[in-house]
Amino acid sequence: MEVLQQVLQQLINGISLGSIYALIALGYTMIYGIIKLINFAHGDIYMVGAYIGFFAITQAHLSIVPSLLISFVVTGCLGMVIEKLAYKPLRHAPRISVLITAIGVSFFLEYTSMYFVSPTPRTFPAMFGDVAVSIGGIVINGQQMLILGITAVLMIVLTYIVQKTKTGKAMRAASFDVETAQLMGVDSDRIISYTFGIGSALAAVAGVLVGVYYNSIDPLMGIMPGMKAFVAAVLGGIGILPGAVVGGLILGIVEALVSGFISSTFRDAAAFAILILVLLVRPAGIFGKDVKEKV
Amino acid sequence: MKSLRRNDLVMLGIGIVIFAVLQVLITERIMSSFWQLNVIIIGINVIMAVSLNLINGYTGQFSLGHAGFMAAGAYISVVLTTFFHVPFALALIAGAAGAGFLGFLVGIPTLRLRGDYLAIATIGMSEIIRICIMNIDYVGGAAGFKGIPHNTTFAWVFFIMLFALFFIKNFVNSDGGRACLAIRENEVAAESMGVNTTKYKVMAFTIGAAFAGVAGGLFAHSFYLISPNSFTFMQSFNYLIMVVLGGLGSITGSIAGAFVVTFISAALASWPEFRMIIYALALILLMFYRPQGLFGYMEITDYGPFRKILKKGGRDDG
Repeated sequence: MEVLQQVLQQLINGISLGSIYALIALGYTMIYGIIKLINFAHGDIYMVGAYIGFFAITQAHLSIVPSLLISFVVTGCLGMVIEKLAYKPLRHAPRISVLITAIGVSFFLEYTSMYFVSPTPRTFPAMFGDVAVSIGGIVINGQQMLILGITAVLMIVLTYIVQKTKTGKAMRAASFDVETAQLMGVDSDRIISYTFGIGSALAAVAGVLVGVYYNSIDPLMGIMPGMKAFVAAVLGGIGILPGAVVGGLILGIVEALVSGFISSTFRDAAAFAILILVLLVRPAGIFGKDVKEKV
Repeated sequence: MKSLRRNDLVMLGIGIVIFAVLQVLITERIMSSFWQLNVIIIGINVIMAVSLNLINGYTGQFSLGHAGFMAAGAYISVVLTTFFHVPFALALIAGAAGAGFLGFLVGIPTLRLRGDYLAIATIGMSEIIRICIMNIDYVGGAAGFKGIPHNTTFAWVFFIMLFALFFIKNFVNSDGGRACLAIRENEVAAESMGVNTTKYKVMAFTIGAAFAGVAGGLFAHSFYLISPNSFTFMQSFNYLIMVVLGGLGSITGSIAGAFVVTFISAALASWPEFRMIIYALALILLMFYRPQGLFGYMEITDYGPFRKILKKGGRDDG
């Protein structure tokens, strides 16, 4: 009984962490789906989002929801600006050039933020005190409820945008085949820009939520979650939105279980081990379809 | 064939002259100890860059896990020299063998993947190596390995670097190297022409990993302490940047890339807060204006004045 309770508790922790990975992974998967770029800077956009949220809360004394909204909008715009300045000129360049540019953008964001906000970690103000719900000995605290609630809302909104709106339709068309979509009258530059905007905005929310959850943010906080969110995206099948969510949740749960029952130092190794396993057994991911290579 | 050997001899001569000049500067203490260390680091980075170039540039397999092999080689050799008092040369060879074997083991399954997937798998692999080292208390865990004998001298680094350069140059110009180039240009076509693609990809990966292992050994023995945090994937990015800056598929380029990157980061060491920002911007601008890197596919021997000194050998890959 004790063990079962522990497992359930770790499941809750894992789902909270996994929701954050899922939010970041959605951006990865959307961007990869359209321009086939592993946006290494995505983790750093999440970091910038966390800082914007932090300053909105501490300097402007806003409560959590308006701070989330500000971070969502500002970081979304930042994502679009980055796309316009750094990636758009390289639309027809070899993929390695774009990848290196992404690494450059990632360094740029990390160290520019470090210059402006200093490298020391900042303590996120506690937002919830001791709000917690206990169900049969399993504790769900206020931060976790916030994470789960916000994630659920965002996913519903995103699903609506992608499935029901004209922009969403264009996005899906572009991720299927950019050139054909263009021939059908989709303005691909605009769609790519929107995709970066939405992806970055989601990452920003994840950043603020992580700040609330762990109470600490620093300029290099985006590196590891960025990599892991990519693992989540690959796990679910890259380019597939529900895949990113499921991948994020699985990854979060596995990490929570590994750090709860084995050792927290092996947490990161577990994520990468999953990655290599998935790539070897089913490179297309859980929801992916095998694409045969043609000469 | 004859002219190729002649070229090698001329290059070896140039190498020895450069070595002599630098060695005099070091022993006469004209060079400050800061730059002495940096000269050693440049040498190590050249080995890393040229071995990564064999995998990424010549064979076209996008690996981002080079720091992992470096870590493996570093830790194997420091354990041997510090705990078992094995001679330095032997420890370096063991480090190379260990890292090469690891590359072989990792290469067989992961090289089935292509492009971005391979890149991510190799990052994952190198992170797993690092995290495993971090959890072995025998080698100091996350705190690092202390008390390493200071065995690395400029001479060691320089001659191992020369060896690496000649080895990889000759490999690229051998049958195996041609097969690797064919794989880079078009894997499916190479396979249909009868190239055993798996064999040559794994071969390039193993050789690259082995040299990274040697470089790791040299790196570890130039400091009193090494820690797993010296071998994160950010470090792998750094080596990739050197290779791309110099030109994927150019040995001269790798030398230049390692030199420029190390030199810039050393020169900017007094402005740590701007260093990485400038570095990042330089990287982005390079990709905008010269994505093929400084040398592209060219070698220094392909340029005018050198052509006269060196009679061109059988290089026709362009």
